[in-house]
Amino acid sequence: MKKVVSIALIAALALSLAACSQSDSLAGSVATDGSTSMEKVIGALGESFMEQNDGVNFTYNPTGSSAGISAVLEGRCDIGLSSRALKAEEESQGLVGTVLAYDGIAMIVNPENTVEDMTLEQIAAVYTGEITNWSELGGADSEIVLIGREAGSGTRGGFEEITGTEDQCQYRQELTSTGDVITAVAQNPNAIGYASLASVKDTVKAVKVEGVTPSEETVKDGSYLIQRPFVLVTKADTALSETAQAFFDYATKGEANEIIASAGVVPAN
Amino acid sequence: MISTKRRIYHHLVRFGMYLATGLTAGLTLFLVLYVLFKGIPNITWELLSTKPSYLADRIGILPDILNTIYIIIATLAIVLPLGVGAAIYLTEYASNKKVVSIIEYAAETLSGIPSIIYGLVGMLMFANNFGTSLLSGALTLVIMNLPTIMRNTQESLKTVPQSYREGAFGLGAGKWRVIRTVVLPNCLDGVITGCILSVGRILGESAALLFTAGFAHNINGFFEGLGGSGATLTVALYVYAKEQGEFGVAFAIAAILMVLALAINMSASLVTKYFGRKNNIV
Amino acid sequence: MKTKNNLFENFVHGVFLILGLITVGCVLLISIYLIVSGIPAIREIGLIEFLFGTEWASTAAEPKYGILPFILTSVYGTGGAILIGVPVGFLTAVYLAKIAPKRVKQVIEQAVSLLAGIPSVVYGLVGMMVLVPGVRKLFNIPDGASLLSAIIVLAVMILPSIIKMSITALEAVPKEYEDASLALGATPEETYFRVSVPAAKSGIAAAVVMGVGRAIGEAMAVMMVAGNAPNMPDSLFQSVRFLTTAVASEMSYSSGLQKQALFSIALVLFLFIMLINAALNFFLKGEKKS
Repeated sequence: MKKVVSIALIAALALSLAACSQSDSLAGSVATDGSTSMEKVIGALGESFMEQNDGVNFTYNPTGSSAGISAVLEGRCDIGLSSRALKAEEESQGLVGTVLAYDGIAMIVNPENTVEDMTLEQIAAVYTGEITNWSELGGADSEIVLIGREAGSGTRGGFEEITGTEDQCQYRQELTSTGDVITAVAQNPNAIGYASLASVKDTVKAVKVEGVTPSEETVKDGSYLIQRPFVLVTKADTALSETAQAFFDYATKGEANEIIASAGVVPAN
Repeated sequence: MISTKRRIYHHLVRFGMYLATGLTAGLTLFLVLYVLFKGIPNITWELLSTKPSYLADRIGILPDILNTIYIIIATLAIVLPLGVGAAIYLTEYASNKKVVSIIEYAAETLSGIPSIIYGLVGMLMFANNFGTSLLSGALTLVIMNLPTIMRNTQESLKTVPQSYREGAFGLGAGKWRVIRTVVLPNCLDGVITGCILSVGRILGESAALLFTAGFAHNINGFFEGLGGSGATLTVALYVYAKEQGEFGVAFAIAAILMVLALAINMSASLVTKYFGRKNNIV
Repeated sequence: MKTKNNLFENFVHGVFLILGLITVGCVLLISIYLIVSGIPAIREIGLIEFLFGTEWASTAAEPKYGILPFILTSVYGTGGAILIGVPVGFLTAVYLAKIAPKRVKQVIEQAVSLLAGIPSVVYGLVGMMVLVPGVRKLFNIPDGASLLSAIIVLAVMILPSIIKMSITALEAVPKEYEDASLALGATPEETYFRVSVPAAKSGIAAAVVMGVGRAIGEAMAVMMVAGNAPNMPDSLFQSVRFLTTAVASEMSYSSGLQKQALFSIALVLFLFIMLINAALNFFLKGEKKS
């Protein structure tokens, strides 16, 4: 009797081991590099991917979109992360962008600010320095403090492209991350900034743009105008490693849409 | 009788000194209390014992604590033999005054170079070869802490009485034997003080580590950890405060660092007291 | 046997010689690395345009690499920190070295050591949360992240080195000087400020120079409170970028000429530091002589 039990146990053990090794066939690492706006979504994806595949090491280096794109180009990472669409010149260098999700760029102000709604034109005028006082927009009589991102940021690229203010913005502060912008605006009643909608916290207020409240729905149906794609950047002529490809498929084939949505952005696939 | 002019001078100067000293003391008190007051309520067991998770929406600083310990161990393991060796050369071997003054000038130069420059050079020298890793960070810190270890050891070597050495030579011991058995054991206090000061400097360092050790939050063993990128507590504080706006966590780390700074100060003065030597080297 | 012993001793001697020269090697390596990586961008941009250009737009369609704003900001910022930090530190040092009761001296010296041991990011954090909003409200300006905030943080950060080095210098003044002055009828205050301080002037000058070195090299704390826009420092209330923060804020995402230009900035900063070191050495030597 004892023998039978132990044999059964051993068999069960062997089976479970086999099962384990089957699901754990992936090993190695996936290195991603780029946009700080994508931190939340890519962090969540990486974590759940690692949970499913025990032997995989997933890394994410928050540097900014342009840095991520050049990192792929120079082979310093597997997948680049860009929070703006690839430029034609980047595509001509042999890069391919696959849209992972869509995210709004929220125009954020301090909760004390009474301004609720701005048009695209007003936003552009504010950022180029034509409008310098909140009273011109129906707010308090105080100078507007423009908070922006560093050059090379995908959020800045997307924002300046949509508002048509490339290289004309008169920033008071140029900050190097999404969280930093939110903090600066949260601390200053006169400030306005732009930040990934997915990352916006209650410490700041997102204003309506052309009467539309930024939300996942309005980003999805396109009625919220200031939005940009989150893009996974890979090389066209070089195949990804098996592990990196598995992650790429996991992220882009709809399997992980719930996780993407839970990070506050709209899945593309 | 003192003239009115002199009396005004007297009071003015007194007042200035009291004001300045009060300001210094008050500032220190404010800084310590403010950081502890804002930080301690945010220190929880979960924060200390987990790693950050996006899925669970949780921040933990265990990886940063481990990384800090690893980088301290690795740095000291490399810098100690180098720094103590350099000090021994200066006090026991070097006979050429010019060489000594060049070496001392170089050490002074090293301690004057700002950490951001160490960060850049460390990135070029180490991170470009060994990858952005704790090892690259540790090697950068080795160069930074070399003068501290060297000068503290040197000071305490100078206090070893010449008669000890002469006695040992007189008994027929070779130079190396004298150093090993007589000189080294007597400079222990300098080495320990140097180590404590170095640990303090490593704990506080951020600019030199950003581009050499990076900012990953993974839990690893010692050797595996050295090979990978990792944030120390100070770097993590910077990232949480500046990049992510998580001020609760940032203040919690700041409070921990503040307590550690206090502990390091106390142990440094304890060592000085224990060995009975006035230590003026910063 | 003897030769074998000699060989061994020579070998040990050689090993220690190498260890002794390691600091020199490090300084040389650092200099070479900075010069080699810093020169190319300066050559491409042009030295005059690089040093005296007033506009920095490293990623614009037509990039501009003028670092005069950073140089001036670093100079003004350091100057301001010295202006505030030196009087406070100097007066504190005289009080502690000459007048304070033993207990008071011990306690405050401990406090100063602690101040020196606080990591710069902690200064930055407190600056961000207390000083920046405070400056904004106090001066009623749109934004508190400014040159002034940076100056205040730097002034506090250089206090410990100024106090410690000045105390050491003041305590080294021979007691006879002071006794003579007191015997001639000078008050203690007059004695300390007109006899002891001049006698310790080299050491105090060294303390000031050391403060300059610390202030000009600080990166992280300044980065957290100065706003980081590459403006010319026309006013105390402007958001500015220092030489150190110019390197730190763009390094992680830069590439190509932009990255090389950052190395050139580091080279300029390094030259400043070397000058300061030389000055420091000069004053310390003066102190040893007197």
